[in-house]
Amino acid sequence: MRVIFYIISKEFRQIFRNKGMLPIIFVLPLLQLVILSNAATYEIKNIAFGYVDHDRTTASRGLVERFSASPYFEVLFAFPNAAQGNTAMLQGEVDVLLEIPDGFEKELTMRRQGSLGVGINAIDGAAAGVESVYINQIVQAYNKDLAVEVRVPPGTARIENIPLFWYNQTLNYKTFMVPGILVLLVTMITLFLSGMNIVREKEIGTLEQINVTPIRKIHFIIGKLLPFWIIGMGLLTIGLILARLIFNVPMLGSLLLLYGYTSIYLLVILGMGLFISNFTDTQQQAMFIAWFFVVIFILMSGLFTPIESMPEWARVLTELNPVKYFVEIMRMVMLKGSDFSDVLLPMLKTFLYAVLMNVMAVWSYRKTT
Amino acid sequence: MKNENAITVSELTKTFGTFTAVNAISFEVKKGEIFGFLGANGAGKTTAMKMLIGILKPSSGQATVAGFDVHTESEAIKRNIGYMSQKFALYDDLTVRENITFFGGIYGLSRKRIQEKSKQLIEDLGLGAVGKSLVGSLPLGWKQKLAFSVAMLHDPQIVFLDEPTGGVDPITRRQFWEMIYKAAHAGTTLFVTTHYMDEAEYCNRVSIMVNGKIEALDTPKNLKQHFEAATMNDVFLKLARG
Ligand SMILES: Nc1ncnc2c1ncn2[C@@H]1O[C@H](COP(=O)(O)OP(=O)(O)O)[C@@H](O)[C@H]1O
Ligand SMILES: [Mg+2]
Repeated sequence: MRVIFYIISKEFRQIFRNKGMLPIIFVLPLLQLVILSNAATYEIKNIAFGYVDHDRTTASRGLVERFSASPYFEVLFAFPNAAQGNTAMLQGEVDVLLEIPDGFEKELTMRRQGSLGVGINAIDGAAAGVESVYINQIVQAYNKDLAVEVRVPPGTARIENIPLFWYNQTLNYKTFMVPGILVLLVTMITLFLSGMNIVREKEIGTLEQINVTPIRKIHFIIGKLLPFWIIGMGLLTIGLILARLIFNVPMLGSLLLLYGYTSIYLLVILGMGLFISNFTDTQQQAMFIAWFFVVIFILMSGLFTPIESMPEWARVLTELNPVKYFVEIMRMVMLKGSDFSDVLLPMLKTFLYAVLMNVMAVWSYRKTT
Repeated sequence: MKNENAITVSELTKTFGTFTAVNAISFEVKKGEIFGFLGANGAGKTTAMKMLIGILKPSSGQATVAGFDVHTESEAIKRNIGYMSQKFALYDDLTVRENITFFGGIYGLSRKRIQEKSKQLIEDLGLGAVGKSLVGSLPLGWKQKLAFSVAMLHDPQIVFLDEPTGGVDPITRRQFWEMIYKAAHAGTTLFVTTHYMDEAEYCNRVSIMVNGKIEALDTPKNLKQHFEAATMNDVFLKLARG
């Protein structure tokens, strides 16, 4: 077991001695956190808004008034009929078309219920999802005690309840993005570092020198894993502090739970990195393979495109994406205050994943070729 | 057998695809011997050595090193041997001391033993002034001597040196052979590859490998007699011309 200590202290010496590497590990990712969190936002402002008011009553005008007052919508057109409104949408002049049916006010007052027609330009699916939520919110705010039912005609975007709005009432996208981006950075850095590491020793020949010693495979792998595990935890810590200080992201759940989960999650990523290392001969090869996985993991994590809107096969595939679990849990714990029982299932899956990856890493490391 | 021979090799073969790098070689190395493993570049010396030290699986044939079978007991072999590879394989970005500590550590030496060894090695090698310098900044000769010392850290029974003097100046080569003699004197068996034929004269016995096969094996004196040659270089030229 003492062997592990010698490997770890050697790795740290090398990392901290490499003046070019330190900023890459610690400064660049945090810079990315700041930049990406500000840039990657779902927030949409000045949505081109048109309406067809068949009702022409105080109630209908009041509703339109709500849209004009909102910073998100810019009320551009009042169409005399639905056909003209649809044409405008086809031509891309409006993104959202609200149709208030004749008798809207009457229905509201008499049956305490009303219905609206909403058309959303869904060329950009993610934007449409966001717009629909905005509309829902405005309608709900307008009609707090009267139940207005928003009826969506077929062929336009489905109105989805994106759960984030429930726990992020102020619609602050940074709050929403920061935890996710932090996940990406922790994942990328630790995967690249561990993926490059053994293969680098192969390239310079020191791995052969280690392979002629009676070192046990498991000790070697643990020794190689732990330094990057510690770095990953360090990155998470710095990232969480920045999230708090710069973006004012709340931490509703238990910090202990978050760290507990991350400690398992990192084992998945590091095991994967070492596995890649074992199958490649040059750092270049390892880098390309690591990139391949990172890109897939990120794009299929639900961070930039909602998993709900993916096709069935892709949704099934995301079950194999560790980043998805981490993004999910990070948001749940930070923004929703979820506790251990809420995250138990994804945590368990991550744990099994970690066991699998590390068994594969140890298995694929061959002292004798 | 086990008591007399440090290494026994029988029909050991390694093929890469259709290419036979090591072709059914057989020999024995006695305990305490300096065994020269000669051959031109590409003859198969490194490949043969890697099979003996347990990092390359033989395609066929048998071998025991320090009494352990290369097929089934490679980890036991590793406890009893030291190895210095042809390519310099210590960490350039660690200091002399840190390299010694690391390899001592993974060989399982106690902390106290590592400290003693470091001190002794640095003294022996005259590296006192550069003990805290990064290994990458040392001249090649010093690096090689350090690599040899690191291979001897855990006091192995047998040490394998793969072209230890490749590319170093004649004075350092001389010093290197003094180190080899010293180790042999202390009872260590040395298995040394080289393509410097003059160095063959320093060995107790040498084998000469040509295209994967051992073409001759004897003491330098006997070989010169047998091939009616004045120097080992001439012996080698005669063999190589076939
Ligand atoms: N992993 C390998 N795959 C294919 N060919 C190899 C491999 N290793 C060595 N060889 C070939 O085997 C031959 C012997 O190589 P080597 O043992 O390194 O020779 P030497 O050490 O005597 O210079 C060379 O022709 C070399 O190209
Ligand atoms: Mg060689």
